[in-house]
Amino acid sequence: MTFPIPLPRPLQELLQPPPTPGVLGVFAHVDAIVEAIGRLHAGGHADFTVYSPVPRHEIEDALGEPVSPVRIFTLTGGIAGCAFGTWLSLWMSYDWPLVLGGKPVGSVPPYVVIMFEMTILFGALSTILGIVFNALFAARRRGTILYDPRFTNDKFGIFVPAGADAAGRVETLLKTSGAEEVRRA
Amino acid sequence: MADLTVAPAPPKPTRGLTYDYVTRTIARTLGNPTRGYYLLLASAVALLGVGVVCLLFLLRYGLGLAGYSHPVYWAVYITCFVFWVGIAHSGTLISAILFLFRSAWRTAVYRTAEAMTVFAVMTAGLFPLIHIGRQWHFYWLIPYPNERGLWPNFKSPLVWDEFAIGTYFTVSTVFLIMGLIPDIAAVRDLATGWRKKLYTLCSVGWRGSNEEWRHYTRGYLYLAALATPLVLSVHSVVSWDFAMAIVPGWHATLFAPYFVAGAIYSGVGMVITLLVPIRKLFHLEEIITVHHFENLAKLCLLTGSIVGYAYVVEYFIAWYSGNPNERAAFWYRAFGPFWWASWTMIICNAFLPLLLWIKKIRTNILALFVMSIFVNIGMWFERYVIIVVSLAGEPYSEWSNATYNPTWADWGIMAGSFGWFFMWFLLFVKNFPAVSISEVKEVLPPPTRARVAGGH
Repeated sequence: MTFPIPLPRPLQELLQPPPTPGVLGVFAHVDAIVEAIGRLHAGGHADFTVYSPVPRHEIEDALGEPVSPVRIFTLTGGIAGCAFGTWLSLWMSYDWPLVLGGKPVGSVPPYVVIMFEMTILFGALSTILGIVFNALFAARRRGTILYDPRFTNDKFGIFVPAGADAAGRVETLLKTSGAEEVRRA
Repeated sequence: MADLTVAPAPPKPTRGLTYDYVTRTIARTLGNPTRGYYLLLASAVALLGVGVVCLLFLLRYGLGLAGYSHPVYWAVYITCFVFWVGIAHSGTLISAILFLFRSAWRTAVYRTAEAMTVFAVMTAGLFPLIHIGRQWHFYWLIPYPNERGLWPNFKSPLVWDEFAIGTYFTVSTVFLIMGLIPDIAAVRDLATGWRKKLYTLCSVGWRGSNEEWRHYTRGYLYLAALATPLVLSVHSVVSWDFAMAIVPGWHATLFAPYFVAGAIYSGVGMVITLLVPIRKLFHLEEIITVHHFENLAKLCLLTGSIVGYAYVVEYFIAWYSGNPNERAAFWYRAFGPFWWASWTMIICNAFLPLLLWIKKIRTNILALFVMSIFVNIGMWFERYVIIVVSLAGEPYSEWSNATYNPTWADWGIMAGSFGWFFMWFLLFVKNFPAVSISEVKEVLPPPTRARVAGGH
């Protein structure tokens, strides 16, 4: 998608970065793409992107990526939420004490409900933040690499960034692994 | 790419479903609406209009219109509140708890259930605000620094409830939106015209790359793990609104599990009520099969049996406790002036689900649809009985002979709540995929070179 009006140069580069040169392979079969990932790894490629319409464990295993750091966000959010709930209920109780029947002003058992709900709320929201943050920063070349609308339907894809000198080799590799279609950018 | 609205029905694959068939079949539900759809939407909006008019009268003339009479000061609005919160619960059960249990069948029905959750909580949230009397002071519920330095009383179950419902609404909404993103991207890649623009915006740039899936699947797992205890806590907290008071019929430790089971029972009923017409209207028979309905029916049977057991325990404990007030309250419930409400609830919730032991009924979609309506009626009456009948029958109250009858304002606002709920739901299913595209595909066998085109 091109921006409708011409932009000054720094903005132009930010909003419409030049496309990354490379090769896009379109695959119909999940075992073919797993084979291609293995051969790319063997060939020393590490910086490629795999598209799939559904998350598949075969692809995940072939890529061998570390566990997503989203869990740190969830944990931090949960702990922060619990702390916030504790502070909210206890501080507000002591700020305007309602003394009834000599019972403790800040009584923890009923406040567990508030602490629990805040743990869940903050945990869930920071999980979302974690997904957005990580997915956005991970896709730092977003929009500059080739994509095909069939990747959300029924095709799998691999984009391998490669200069003009290496593109030919990558093309052959993808084709021999079973790519239906290979394109160059 | 053909426009969604004119795309022909994809040919049915010979062996099993294919990725392409699933995407196109579900994307087609977003085509131009038919006259039937507009008719349904118009009736929902009309019903909402009735509610709005009644609400305006209530705002102008106050809660006197609501038929309250001492000692019944919690009635139809609170009944509707608990009813709608309950409806919400099965959505999260199906989307989060069954996700953690890795039940593959949930994929075809969970989006509908989840959307139902969000809209049911939106409906439920209106009722405490309607019920408070001076509706324009609703923000007093929120802990904010006011000029007198007062804060809410965190020992009150009503404040717990506010936190629980607020959290539940937020979390179920983000959970729904999260699940929608890959599907909106799939629709975006098929759509043309203004739909393409809308879905491009809503898909927030989703492309299904490995980095996106890596963070997404992890995050989804944690959201499900957080939503699971949340859903159990929300109806427990709602039940404590009653159980923390000393009214006979309310003051029972049984209430939390009893309410959670009842909530899921009513919610599954509502899921069936919603899915049957959607499946028919959108031609999703290949994707939402009888197998899915049978599983929902089994869920209904399980939770209905727990509810039935809870009824037995309630009466048994009332007798076994030897407490004369407790005994009198339950005698009043079954044989007092509200006997018809109590027996409606017992028959619909404890006896009717027993029919689901029969496989013929479990696999008959029409029978399930009719049953699901009775489940909803029964569960509405359960809350009515617990709230109104317990209050009206307070046996220690000298003046407890007051009879309670809902007024036109009560019925009108209740009807309006159904209109509000169905309006949102209908708008949702026409604008966003009502069945998860990516998750239905996820449980299909993936296409491999040995097994071309997705067959078994």
